[in-house]
Amino acid sequence: MQFTTTLIESSEQMKKVLTKIQLYWPLIKSLQTGLLVATGMAGYMTVRCPVFNLPTMVGLFISLVTSISGSTILNMWWDRDIDAKMRRTQQRPLPSNKISPREALVVGLVLSFVGMGLATTIDALFGLIIFAGLFFDVVIYTIWLKRRTCWSIVLGGISGAIPILAGRALGLGSIDWIGIVLALGILLWIPTHILTFSMRYFADYKAACVPTFASVYGFTFTRATIAISSVLASLAMVGAAWGIGMTWGFLRLLGVLSIGLLLLAFTMIFRPSEKVNFGLFKYASLYMLSSMMLMVL
Amino acid sequence: MKMSILDRILLLIATLLAAYQIAVGIDGLSTVPTIAYSIAFGVILVAGLLLIIFGLEVLDSPIVAIVSSLIPLSLATGLVWHHLPFFKVQYLVFAILWLLIIVITRVLHAPNKLSLFVLIVVHGIAGLTIFLLPVILVLTGRALPRYLFVSAGGALIGLNGVLLALLNAGKPLLSHESIFRVLPGLLLLMTATLVAGFALST
Repeated sequence: MQFTTTLIESSEQMKKVLTKIQLYWPLIKSLQTGLLVATGMAGYMTVRCPVFNLPTMVGLFISLVTSISGSTILNMWWDRDIDAKMRRTQQRPLPSNKISPREALVVGLVLSFVGMGLATTIDALFGLIIFAGLFFDVVIYTIWLKRRTCWSIVLGGISGAIPILAGRALGLGSIDWIGIVLALGILLWIPTHILTFSMRYFADYKAACVPTFASVYGFTFTRATIAISSVLASLAMVGAAWGIGMTWGFLRLLGVLSIGLLLLAFTMIFRPSEKVNFGLFKYASLYMLSSMMLMVL
Repeated sequence: MKMSILDRILLLIATLLAAYQIAVGIDGLSTVPTIAYSIAFGVILVAGLLLIIFGLEVLDSPIVAIVSSLIPLSLATGLVWHHLPFFKVQYLVFAILWLLIIVITRVLHAPNKLSLFVLIVVHGIAGLTIFLLPVILVLTGRALPRYLFVSAGGALIGLNGVLLALLNAGKPLLSHESIFRVLPGLLLLMTATLVAGFALST
């Protein structure tokens, strides 16, 4: 009898934990976090072989997942009032009151500190770069600039570029020009992502009074910005690939993919439309993924 | 017309094969044929990705006639440069010149009959070069019989090119839907035979 009661109790506890995980899953933006972690791992693998550095790779993975998830939760916690005004984000766990703000704050802080702590234990420079990423994302971008200026994405973008820089710095033991150019490539790719969404959900951002490029400078300027930043991002990736010492075959392949990106960017400038805009966004994401894969192979 | 998941998978495999060919290249080639082959497979790769992203409607764009001519022209130039050194410069000039003529007829909206004539000349000569050159090389013992895969690829390029060019010129051989239905499979078959031809004969 007592065994059955214990079994039922533990099964209910398990259900509660699973429900909690289900609630926190959208709060960490799993796809975005996954992409950023992948860039960090790729940054490390441009220097060192993952097979012979498995413990460091595991440490790198856990510290990136926890710190990026933590900062994303803190971002969601701070922006819960904005999210409540936007149709796209209204159903997120915080604005829909499925998770209490206090609990989200605690979880966000704990994950951030665990991530930073682990990163510092692995390597002091790596920990410092991870701290800089968290600081840029939570303090500079989310708390200070997001509601004040549409240019917040530039400084906020630095936090998105940090994982690849951190990964390479961990593998190398120092920061080199290739790491900076790789980070620049990601930084320049970020407007393609954010600006595309700011145009697609233009009314949402306007309702929440969040300044975007589209609302301040108009759609034409925003589309030109996306096109130019995509081209510059591809140039940065090709430059970094050359610096890493990528083979001619892979460089040729990266060159072909870059030409595709250039063609779409020109189409975006001279024949702009939402379809081309979203197509460029998808192609640029695919381009980034492919270039990361080519660099680690 | 909505693209099915199978179509997307076929296109993805075609793009991966093209990417593989660009990355591995062909041993012992000089700069011009390497660039020519890279352009041919690069067009397949980028076109495949754009088809996956934008859907088959992208084929209605007027630029398709130019892009679809780039594949046979660059591939034929690569083959001639590689195997017929006496004609390499002449063929390169021919390829560039006719590509320019295609661009001009498209940009200036030349009469339909003229545009069609230009496309037929380009696809005809380049297609025959890709089809016949490997056959001659195999028959004269200068290449392994497996090089005939390149001929098969050439024939499929010709078929693809004619279907797209005539569709674009408003005189389709098959209905719009039928072309869209067979194109992903045809593109994959074409890429696979070309890659097999180059891989198995070196």
